[in-house]
Amino acid sequence: MRVRVISDKCEGHNRCCALAPELFDVDDYGIATALNDGEVPAELEAQAKLAVENCPEYAIEVVGE
Amino acid sequence: MSKTPPVTDWTSDYDFFDPDYIKDPAPVWEELRGKCPIAHTERWGGSWMPTNYEDMQAFVRMVPELSSRNVMLVSPPKSDEFDAELAEYGSSAPPITSDPPEHIPMRRLILPLFTPKAVEGYRPFTEQLCHELIDGFIDQGSCDAALDYAVHIPAKTIAYIIGVDGDRTDEFVGWVRGLVEQGMQDPAKLIHYRHTIREFFAELVDARKAKPKDDLISNLLSQEINGQPIARKAVIAMCDLLLVAGIDTTWSSIGSALWHFAMNPGDRRRMAAEPELFPTAIEELLRFYSPVTMARVATEEIHVGDVTFKPGDKVLLNFPAANRDPEVFEDADKVVLDRQKNRHIAFGIGSHRCAGSNLARMEMDAALRIWFERIPEFELTDPDAVTWAGGQVRGPRHLPFRF
Ligand code: HEM
Ligand code: SF4
Repeated sequence: MRVRVISDKCEGHNRCCALAPELFDVDDYGIATALNDGEVPAELEAQAKLAVENCPEYAIEVVGE
Repeated sequence: MSKTPPVTDWTSDYDFFDPDYIKDPAPVWEELRGKCPIAHTERWGGSWMPTNYEDMQAFVRMVPELSSRNVMLVSPPKSDEFDAELAEYGSSAPPITSDPPEHIPMRRLILPLFTPKAVEGYRPFTEQLCHELIDGFIDQGSCDAALDYAVHIPAKTIAYIIGVDGDRTDEFVGWVRGLVEQGMQDPAKLIHYRHTIREFFAELVDARKAKPKDDLISNLLSQEINGQPIARKAVIAMCDLLLVAGIDTTWSSIGSALWHFAMNPGDRRRMAAEPELFPTAIEELLRFYSPVTMARVATEEIHVGDVTFKPGDKVLLNFPAANRDPEVFEDADKVVLDRQKNRHIAFGIGSHRCAGSNLARMEMDAALRIWFERIPEFELTDPDAVTWAGGQVRGPRHLPFRF
């Protein structure tokens, strides 16, 4: 599974980092990036899905299984 | 509070200061969602009120057709005194009242001071404060959880961050309540308190200009936009905003959470037994008791379904109602402490997303964890003695507890 942050939509709510700190980071202005090129290890897939489902800006997408 | 006649039709004549609505607005939202998802009123200067999550998501992105230049639910009437006030300090409280192109550069001045990492740096201060407040009343076996506890946490923390004397927080709280709670219905008070706050910061800004310290004011004074220092007026206005935006709001969230646990012993016992639920519980309480409603002003004609916003019309961004929309939230009218899917918008959405959201979350987390550690069993002495403020910011203002 891979995830991607659509940076035009991201407004820095930081929900993704709180739910999946191994997968996301935010910069000083709150814009998130997916760590590791968005690669999600199998054991973190549930957390990645939670991040997708909690982002208030619909800014995270799953780009590949 | 409200001197207006009672509401008979919420679709065409709503009143956000109606005492029953302030106590529990959810039944009105439910009725409106079914009947008239964008309601209208002539009261308090007139406004439109959407209640659907989808509408809030759409309206917040209509920039600049829906402008932030006036975000107050009730605009002050035109007056010479107010105009003089504006001429002296400038009308805006950037970034909250800013539109493009001013907005993003102003917002970027403060965002780095409130990143998740930066607010963790303030946590020790906030935690010690929570302990000291509880030390002050724990032996008594009772307290007013709103006035003896919740209010001091955001007030003293933001005072510390901005760089003002913590002993003056009672004064601040008076000013902010005067502005946000009383000022809405009484323009003279609004002008008075805005003036008081800005005079206070004017003095402090000049002092920091002369002798910088390691605080937020000195930081703002040292920053530049396009090679130009930030205008003195803008620094004063930003300090004013940070004080006003952070106190009533976070006080309301902490207070509503404690009220919820006092009213729902099952949830209280679960919270005390399963502290690992704090992260989801805090998001859920933010969703369910969202305190903040903002406004926008239409700058052109906008058609939405059967409704037309005319230039100058006020449109409310009712984030609290959106967060109870059953189309988006399963069991929307139930508090579910371990809710997994929770795309709530209590901190707003889009380009004006609350710049203090990480700070507010840290304050709520510290306030609730320490309360539960030290006072896991508590109840209201008299549920009828609880009072609520409403309108722009909704939350409890008296919470008589015994433990
Ligand atoms: C639970 C507590 C809080 C809630 C629910 C809340 C809610 C909100 C909302 C809904 C907005 C969006 C305004 C809009 O769209 O027009 C906002 C903006 C803002 N809030 Fe908060 N807030 C809280 C705490 C704080 C704190 C503690 C601070 C202090 C640092 C703060 C500072 C701001 C600022 C500076 C803005 C303006 C951002 C911009 O316009 O770019 N807030 N807040
Ligand atoms: S939750 Fe969404 S909006 Fe917030 S930082 Fe993550 S990607 Fe950005």
